[in-house]
Amino acid sequence: MEEKKIDQQVAPQVVEDIDSTIALGTTSLVDKTMDESAVMSERKIEKVKQRQRVAKIVGKIGVYVFLIAMALIVLFPFYWMIISSLKTKDEYYLTQPTFWPTQGLDFANYAQAFKVGNLGVTFANTVYVGIVSTALSLVITVLSAFALARLEFKGKNLLFAGMLATMMIPGELFTITNYKTVVDLGWTNTFTVLIVPFLVSVFYIYLLRQNFMQIPDELYYAAKVDGTSDLKYLWKVMIPIAMPSLISITILKMMGAWNSYVWPRLVASDDVHALITYKLRTTQWDTDPMYVDYPVQMAAVTLVSIPLFMVFIFLRKYIMKGVARSGIKG
Amino acid sequence: MVDKSQQWKAWIYLAPAIVLMLVFTVWPIFNTIMMAFKEGYNPMYELNPEFDGWTFGLQNFIDLFAHASAFTNALVNTLLLCVLTVPISTMLALLIAVALHSIKPLQKLLQTIFFLPYVTNSIAIGMVFSVMFNIVGDVGSPDANYGVINQIFGTMINWMNLGSTKVANYAVMVIYIVWNALPFKILVLLGGLQGVNKQYYDAAKVDGTSKTRVFWRITVPLVSPMIVYVLITGFIGGFKEYSSIVGIFGEDMGATGQQAHENMNTMVGVIYDALPSGQYGKASAAALVLFVIILIVTLINLKISKKSTHY
Repeated sequence: MEEKKIDQQVAPQVVEDIDSTIALGTTSLVDKTMDESAVMSERKIEKVKQRQRVAKIVGKIGVYVFLIAMALIVLFPFYWMIISSLKTKDEYYLTQPTFWPTQGLDFANYAQAFKVGNLGVTFANTVYVGIVSTALSLVITVLSAFALARLEFKGKNLLFAGMLATMMIPGELFTITNYKTVVDLGWTNTFTVLIVPFLVSVFYIYLLRQNFMQIPDELYYAAKVDGTSDLKYLWKVMIPIAMPSLISITILKMMGAWNSYVWPRLVASDDVHALITYKLRTTQWDTDPMYVDYPVQMAAVTLVSIPLFMVFIFLRKYIMKGVARSGIKG
Repeated sequence: MVDKSQQWKAWIYLAPAIVLMLVFTVWPIFNTIMMAFKEGYNPMYELNPEFDGWTFGLQNFIDLFAHASAFTNALVNTLLLCVLTVPISTMLALLIAVALHSIKPLQKLLQTIFFLPYVTNSIAIGMVFSVMFNIVGDVGSPDANYGVINQIFGTMINWMNLGSTKVANYAVMVIYIVWNALPFKILVLLGGLQGVNKQYYDAAKVDGTSKTRVFWRITVPLVSPMIVYVLITGFIGGFKEYSSIVGIFGEDMGATGQQAHENMNTMVGVIYDALPSGQYGKASAAALVLFVIILIVTLINLKISKKSTHY
């Protein structure tokens, strides 16, 4: 379809002229007849070709300049975060911000951040909540996806459609009642409240079900004939095949615990159960409550960001795969 | 292949998911809708002997839209941020994706850099942006530290401190949200571009079509499904904007001194702020308004996309 349209628009043209129009990037169509181009001297053609090459190089340079400029803008906040975290307080408060610490690197900011923010406990809390909720969530997801992909039962399609339909509803609608539920249950300021309400993710069940469906039925029947139980088949055949998806889910779930702010703030904001992101935003980072010690604050921000960078460096492949399919923000 | 044993086995496998969903997904749908229409309902009043129950009505919705309310302010903030950031970030992401697609050397490296902001904590990096725009010292005094952004551009703009204008606050938010939204959009759009059949471009080359024309007549139509996808997810994400504001402005949701009806709070922020004080009716009504807005925007998007998507 597209090809035909383009054909009609620019059909009556001469090859050399066409080449020059592409390379120079002009929109005007050249109206030269066959006769004219036939008498075009060779030097003229040579000249045009040279102009094309120059235009092409200039175009490429333009593209690189644009991309590198954008990349620098993307990277600058990370640079500024690290630089600020290493400045002394005196240097930070200078009227002219310095682009490189001139008064030496102050690593004491990191020790200070760890102490003031009680980061040891908060890190441990976050990792604990992350691991427990990921493990439980994986079990629930795998079992549900297996039943929905492999087993036949009445009401399967209706149930699956109903589950998918809940994905359309914004999470805030659930949060309101869930907040009331956990307050009524007396679950506030426990680890349970941070784990249980988010164990089921319809999206992950959907993702894994799609994966399981691709495994040919014959494998299952062959296993049945051999007397393999469902759970053994699931463990030995389906889970290994779906491993990349399971890894994506694990990473996104752990990152979810690491980055969660709203729910912990509502239901588990005491010091014993505080999670890292909540702690990061609410701590004053200074012994004097009237001020914010920005270098220490930036040191804390860096500490929170480092594990995410590690995930990014080593597991990028899995995240990009999961993200491209889901469109969810970790 | 329906046999009896599979029937009950399937339900056992599904039981944990179903039980949890009944409590934390299905019940909330009904309960939240009900609470939105309960007038004068507040669990705190139940302890009060003078509590005279509640009636069904629209009072919660009427209260939301009262004159100079925190909610109408939040609604305007959310809509404005959406309208400003989604087109800017989509256009910029498309340009970057097309540029990335057209180069060979450095492509992998640049692609990695552009994806970096995705794997970050939006509150943590929000705090970095906040530091970049923040004025340390007395606002207006030449001795104050005006932040690195003012330093780079040689300005003394009060972006987000006491006495800053709403326009300046918006500028900071738009810059941060666009920065934050780029990686996902670039990833999806680049994926779309890589899936386009090269023959279209070869045909255009033979026909001598200009680059601008190729972009609008071939690239954009062929990746239009991805553009629609990032637009819809962008708008939905935009209507739920919250943690970026917390990252920049902290839990006050605005510059120092701004009142609740004039700060940068968003719809989601209003919903969450109402919960600790037990204003469930108000929060539920706000959540329903949010749901309806998201539904309408998504339907409009789908309708338009059906007309303009080229395959």
